[in-house]
Amino acid sequence: MTASRLGRPTMSQRRSGSSLHRFANPSRFLRLGRRLAPWFAVLATAFIGAGLYVGLFVAPPDYQQGESVRIMYVHVPAAWMALFVYTCIAASSVVSLVWRHPLADLIAKASAPVGAGFTAIALVSGSLWGQPMWGTWWVWDARLTSVLILFFLYLGHIALMNAFDDPTRGARAAAILAVVGFINIPIIKFSVDWWHTLHQPASVFRLGGPTIDISMLVPLFLMALGFTFYYLLLLMLRVRSEIVARKIRTAQLLQSAP
Amino acid sequence: MLAGLAAILKRDVRLALRQSADNGMAVGFFVLTVILFPLGVGPEPAVLARIAPGILWVTALLASMLSLERLFAADYEDGSLDLMALAPLPLPLLVLTKCLAHWLLTGLPMVVLAPLLGVLLSLDPAGYGTLVLAMALGTPVLALVGAIGAALTLGARRGGVLLSLLVLPLYIPVLIFGVAAIDAAIYGTGARPHLLLLGGALLAALALCPLASAAALRQALE
Repeated sequence: MTASRLGRPTMSQRRSGSSLHRFANPSRFLRLGRRLAPWFAVLATAFIGAGLYVGLFVAPPDYQQGESVRIMYVHVPAAWMALFVYTCIAASSVVSLVWRHPLADLIAKASAPVGAGFTAIALVSGSLWGQPMWGTWWVWDARLTSVLILFFLYLGHIALMNAFDDPTRGARAAAILAVVGFINIPIIKFSVDWWHTLHQPASVFRLGGPTIDISMLVPLFLMALGFTFYYLLLLMLRVRSEIVARKIRTAQLLQSAP
Repeated sequence: MLAGLAAILKRDVRLALRQSADNGMAVGFFVLTVILFPLGVGPEPAVLARIAPGILWVTALLASMLSLERLFAADYEDGSLDLMALAPLPLPLLVLTKCLAHWLLTGLPMVVLAPLLGVLLSLDPAGYGTLVLAMALGTPVLALVGAIGAALTLGARRGGVLLSLLVLPLYIPVLIFGVAAIDAAIYGTGARPHLLLLGGALLAALALCPLASAAALRQALE
């Protein structure tokens, strides 16, 4: 990563000042991120706070699951985010492979640990819910297994990203892995339809509308929105710190050069 | 073009046969590890017969992964991979050829040895045909998918451990359908759908994996 790729916009970038390309320039992205991050923080806190309040105190207990249905208000949004973040990584990996854009690599790198975190939350909360409901912490059904594979894909992505002395090589290799691993995402989504699983089939995003009562959908979507803004906040902070770290590294290299 | 690919195939097979340590070790690992199971879980034939398909597949997965590290590494280190990439051959086809050579030297021996090891594990007689068929369809997928991991980890620190982290999650579908096919044949529920899924996975891997491996090799050789 040279200073010019991260520093001032080059001639070609300045000329193509239209639409999305304007935000693709790292220093412009930095400025944008600095302005947006506080808003994301406020929105994430508000939505997660409201979602937790409605989910824990307002929403009724389920007629079968009782009070433990409230675990779902964390579990389901976390699982959605696990898929959403991986999709973001795969999309920015395609951008990085096709257009060689440094910002796409940074976004993929910044997203991976966040996605792994959401996947871990989904797995752990699902396990905590499964113990009273199914009578077991873990079953090897298609949905659980494919989400576990997603978790290992995240770990592999992070490990591959950091396995090379040259960060650009690591980013390129991890991008190819992310695109290959994307095959797992539709498998996770449709695993409950293709196989007879213990995990219940889709009840929100399905043909014919959701089968969940509105009183339970509201906290679900509040939490999902809150998690999304939280992801965007972490993304801004992590991309910014990565850019700063690389600038410091470049400065140090320039200083140590004779 | 075909002559060039055939030359690479011949070269890879000849190199491997002359210094047979690498590929021989993978096959030896397969046999030895399978033999460890009766000693580990006890020689009870009923228990062994129940878990035999799983043992054979898991061990095949590990053995195939073990030999992957050398798929491109030797050619990468001595520079022949650069020359091959410069040759007027499409890189995906070159990857496919190297995978074929790798499968002939590690996958095929495992397909042949699997029924013999099945006897040692007192596998149900109804399962042998499906075992060979499932292995014949599944082991090429392992080589093709593994080639992506081998290409991605070229020149990485601690490449071997990393390779297992990348490749084993992607191997899981083969394991699931491979074992399910043999179990279905033994319990008479019909192995056909599982074998068709394995065949579909093989066709998809044949079409897509060489492209991904070639992209990974290109960025490694840059």
